[in-house]
Amino acid sequence: MPSLKDLRNRIASVKATQKITKAMQMVAAAKLRRAQEAAEAARPYSERMGSVLANITQAVGGGGDAPALMTGTGKDDVHLLVVCTAERGLCGGFNSQIARHARDHIRRLLADGKQVKIICVGKKGFDILRRDYASMIIDRVDLREVKTLGFVNADAIARKVIHLFNEGAFDVCTLFYSQFKSVISQIPTAQQIIPAGLASTPAAATDGGNAVYEYEPEPGEILSDLIPRNIAVQVFRALLENAAGEMGAKMSAMDNATRNAGEMINKLSITYNRQRQAQITKELIEIISGAEAL
Amino acid sequence: MAEAFKFELVSPERLLVSAEVESVVIPGAEGEMTVMAHHAPVMTTIKPGVVTVKSASGSEERYVVFGGFADIVPAGCTLLAESAVAVKDLDRADLARRIQEAREDANDAKDDQVRSKAEQFLSQLTTLEGAILPA
Repeated sequence: MPSLKDLRNRIASVKATQKITKAMQMVAAAKLRRAQEAAEAARPYSERMGSVLANITQAVGGGGDAPALMTGTGKDDVHLLVVCTAERGLCGGFNSQIARHARDHIRRLLADGKQVKIICVGKKGFDILRRDYASMIIDRVDLREVKTLGFVNADAIARKVIHLFNEGAFDVCTLFYSQFKSVISQIPTAQQIIPAGLASTPAAATDGGNAVYEYEPEPGEILSDLIPRNIAVQVFRALLENAAGEMGAKMSAMDNATRNAGEMINKLSITYNRQRQAQITKELIEIISGAEAL
Repeated sequence: MAEAFKFELVSPERLLVSAEVESVVIPGAEGEMTVMAHHAPVMTTIKPGVVTVKSASGSEERYVVFGGFADIVPAGCTLLAESAVAVKDLDRADLARRIQEAREDANDAKDDQVRSKAEQFLSQLTTLEGAILPA
C-alpha cells in the first residue's frame, strides 16, 4: 500500500501531465483551424486546375503528342511511393495508419513481382517504414523546419519526382497521404499521380463548357507545362490535408489523454482520502482506548 | 464605360482577387494581351510579369505573377499563377533571389535546349524587375 505522501506525489504528477496534454490540445486546436483555412484557400486552385486540365485533354484528345507524364511509360514494373506523414508523434494512430496503408500496398506490389521505391515525406513515416523496407527508401524529405507549408515545399517534392521519372527511375508513382474528413476521422489514401489517371480529375463541367478554345501556344505545349504543375498541386493538396489531419488527430488524442488523466486523478484522490480517513480513525481509536484504560 | 466581367487571380496558397473588373492585362507567353468582357475563349500560359487589373470602379491594381496560365471565356477570366503578390507587397529580396537562381540555372544548364529555356526565363525576370522598379 503506497503511503499518503506517495499518493500525494502521484496526484501532483498526473495533474502536471494533464496540464501539458490540455495545453497541447489547445495548441492543436488553434493549429487545426489554421491548417483547415490553408486547405480551404488552396481548394479553388486545384479545382480550377482540374477543370482546365480536363478541358485541355479533351482538346488534345489523348493523342500521340500527350506527354509521357500523362500516358506513362507503358510499363508497370517499378513503382514509386511517396509516403507523406507528420513530423511529430503524439497524434494517435495518424502516422501508423498511413504507414500501414503504404505497407499493405508495398506487400501487394512485391507479391506481384514489382520493384518498389519509396520517398518519405515526414520523419514519422520514415521511422516506421525504415524497419521493414530500409533498402527501398531512396529519399526522404524533411519538413520539420517548415513553419507554414508553402507551395514551394510541394513544388520541390514534385520536381524531385518528375526528375526521377525523366531519368526512367520508375513507371508508376503513387502518393500516400491522409485525407482530412473530420477532426476525428482521417482516411489514409493512395492516389496515383503518374501517369496522371484522368479519373482523378473530376469530370469538368466548366462554364466554358463546349466552347472552342484558342490555345496559345499549342495545346500540347500547354499540356506539358500544365501536368508537372498539376503534380505539384496534388502534392501540395496532400500535404495540406495531412497537416490538417495531423492536427485533428493530435487534438482528439490529447483530448483523450486529458480525460484519462482526469479519471486517474479522481481514482487516486479517492484512495488518498480513504487512506487519510483510515489513519484518522486509527489515531482516534488509539486515543480513546488510551483514555479508557486510565 | 466598358462592360464589367468576372476576374479571378488564384495562387496555390490562396485566392487573391475575385472581382468584377473592366479589363485585365495579362503577360501571355506569346505577348501581352488585354482581356475585356466577351473575349473569345483562349487558354494561354503566362510568363513572369505584371498583371494590371482595372476594376469596375475605375481603380487600378497591379500584381506580380511568376508563371502560370490563364483560362479566358466570354463570361470571365481565371488566372492560375504559380505564385502571385501585389506589386506593393513584393519582396525585392525574394525577386533578387529568384533572379540569382535563374542565373545559376542558366549557367549550370547541360544542353542547349535547357540553357535557352533558362536564359529565356532569366530575361523575363530581369524585364520584370525593370518594369516594377519605379513603382
